[in-house]
Amino acid sequence: MRDMNAVLAGFGGQGILFMGKVIAYAGLYDDKQVSWLPSYGPEMRGGTANCSVCISDEPICSPLVNNPNALIVMNLPSFDKFIDKVVPGGIVIVDSSLIAKKTERTDIDVHYVPATAMAEEHGLKGLANIVLMGKLMALTDFCTIETMEKTLQKIVPPKKQHLVAKNMEAVRLGAEYAE
Amino acid sequence: MAQKVLMKGNEALAEAAIQAGCRHFFGYPITPQTEVAAYMSKRMPKIGGTYLQAESELAAINMVQGAAAAGVRAMTSSSSPGISLKSEGISYMCGSDLPALIINVQRGGPGLGGIQPSQSDYWQATKAPGHGDLHVLVFAPNSVQEMVDLVSRAFDKADEYRMPAMILADGMLGQMMEPVELEISDEPKPLPKKPWAVCGHNNERKHNVINSLYLQAQDLEELVVARFERYKLIEEKEPMVEEYLVDDAEYIVVAYGASARIAKAAVRQAREEGLKVGLIRPITLWPFPKKALQKAAAHTKAFLCVEMSMGQMVDDVRLAVECKVPVSFFGRTGGIIPTPAEVIEEIHKLTGGNQ
Amino acid sequence: MAVIYKRPHALQDVPTHYCPGCTHGIIHRLVAECLDELGVEGKTVGVAPVGCAVMAYDYFGCDVIEAPHGRAPAVATGIKRALPQNVVFTYQGDGDLAAIGTAETVHAATRGENITIIFVNNAIYGMTGGQMAPTSLPGQVTQTTPYGRDVHTAGYPVRVCEMLSTLDGVAYAERVSVDCVKNVNRAKKAIKKAFETQIAGKGFTIVEVISACPTNWGLSPNEALDWLRENMIPYYPLGVYKDKTAEEVAGNA
Repeated sequence: MRDMNAVLAGFGGQGILFMGKVIAYAGLYDDKQVSWLPSYGPEMRGGTANCSVCISDEPICSPLVNNPNALIVMNLPSFDKFIDKVVPGGIVIVDSSLIAKKTERTDIDVHYVPATAMAEEHGLKGLANIVLMGKLMALTDFCTIETMEKTLQKIVPPKKQHLVAKNMEAVRLGAEYAE
Repeated sequence: MAQKVLMKGNEALAEAAIQAGCRHFFGYPITPQTEVAAYMSKRMPKIGGTYLQAESELAAINMVQGAAAAGVRAMTSSSSPGISLKSEGISYMCGSDLPALIINVQRGGPGLGGIQPSQSDYWQATKAPGHGDLHVLVFAPNSVQEMVDLVSRAFDKADEYRMPAMILADGMLGQMMEPVELEISDEPKPLPKKPWAVCGHNNERKHNVINSLYLQAQDLEELVVARFERYKLIEEKEPMVEEYLVDDAEYIVVAYGASARIAKAAVRQAREEGLKVGLIRPITLWPFPKKALQKAAAHTKAFLCVEMSMGQMVDDVRLAVECKVPVSFFGRTGGIIPTPAEVIEEIHKLTGGNQ
Repeated sequence: MAVIYKRPHALQDVPTHYCPGCTHGIIHRLVAECLDELGVEGKTVGVAPVGCAVMAYDYFGCDVIEAPHGRAPAVATGIKRALPQNVVFTYQGDGDLAAIGTAETVHAATRGENITIIFVNNAIYGMTGGQMAPTSLPGQVTQTTPYGRDVHTAGYPVRVCEMLSTLDGVAYAERVSVDCVKNVNRAKKAIKKAFETQIAGKGFTIVEVISACPTNWGLSPNEALDWLRENMIPYYPLGVYKDKTAEEVAGNA
């Protein structure tokens, strides 16, 4: 994927914004142009959270992604809000543990990953976001697994470095998931 | 060289102010600039600085006025409705020749408007940030890195010309994270001496008075005229502008801040289509880079001004080119960010269709 | 011959613009005497208001800034935060302090901002020619209450010292008057104590001075002082409303 314009969306507390930062930092460490923009204001108060992340070889014009070519959704309201906005050919990753609905669109590449259940089964509770991100990495190559590991080491605070291994496990779990 | 880190525009701007020697921040919470205050509240106590959450925007700007009068680098930050409240203090600071930094992370208006990014305070910033014959320096960054670079310049120029400076940003620039290079140190930077400050005369000099009241009309006019001499010098020396593919351009898009990012993408796309389109991006809005526009007008068939407003800067573009070349406008407002596709469509209207 | 009376050093040798019988002159002098006696003129920054005392910057010998209407406590806050070792005072009238600047006054007080406010209460807007002030008395005739202040439509006067005394940030609040020699002496004592309290770092201090405005009250200077005693002092009782000066400053003990 030459330019990735991603929207990540779900409930507050699912680590949506953090996942966006990881993706943006991974792009930064690969010397790409990157931007990260959270939704802000009253829509946050309702408990939903989303952010736009862009990775590109060219300077990024608008960090606000209206029509993503990559979408990760972790709740139904976000699924409903963004699924029709994905550009044809775009990649969508749905946490199917949390969203039972399927799209009728056939012009997009949709992957249903039961990330929340997978994370719990593997003792990675709370890392469903990272599982989904791993899947996105595998599908788009927005960065290599080595860059991902370096990124996590850098952005996980020094006191929580023991969590890097768990995060990497979640990344691999998502990347290797076969539907 | 500092390592590149990802920082939110609002936070980068706050840290840049600290690096520029600012140790006094007075503010009031308002979306979408609150991260500036939150960042300052975390940093200032650790470096012996002042963070004070004021009871109102009015109080905040007047605290800035007091601190600036005392001779330190002081700042406040707000978003559109809050800037309206600050206009009183801005006018007094202009009238008293006090340097300080004011941040406006613009949102949609008028009234409470919205909280999404906007550029609808251009007129306020450049024409009437307060009552009276006055100007403030207005810097309009278009990236997180430029926010950082312009904060330090704004402080320096404010001190040099003894007047308030404003960073006119918007919700998009304030909220977004981008890679930024910023050396972070806790050491205070040496600052210029301010012999005019009210800081106690220690019985060593005549008392200093900082004041904007002149009841003799003659005295007042003399001062205002002298101030406008200084403004003239600033208009001569200080305009900043980015010119992109302008030399051979037949059509030129004019945009600043966030909308210039979108305009640039549209210009690139137009070039791919073989259209001779360029971009002029004013970085200072006051002083407005008139000369760059006048120069371009000599070889340009038309200008297109793109803003996140109903058309404000477009007035200055028309004034600059003295209506010698047609100037059209495209804008979105209320927090809607224009898309490159929309701008391309407008370019096509100018060039007479695709190709 | 021994000099027994002279201009305080902290008062400039210039004529003031105040009306005959106005008590601003006395209050200016008291402030200047206190700055002299405390030896702090050189480290003092004054903040002038908008109102009759707007040109106080020409009268005080210390550094002075002229603030927007009502914002003197905010301006003083900015100065004091920048120069915590200096002495900072505001000199404000009733319109400035208790109408347009109420928020700034209350919040500087509740923050315990370490400044001194000299609050001149003469129950009228002097500078603009005699309109109702927030402290005008019920029934008082002014240019904008020609039938007397009707509390049903114009509300009641604000008692500033009483109001501020409820705030924990206030270290010292006293109401004084300058209508007679005895009260002038008391007023000076209060002003000096306020400055001393600030210098000791104990917090917000305010001295409210009940003052006369013969011009806008439409009375002779002597009649004005009588009116002040008969009408203002009963509504605004003199005395100390808050005094934490005996307490040790936290962390300074």
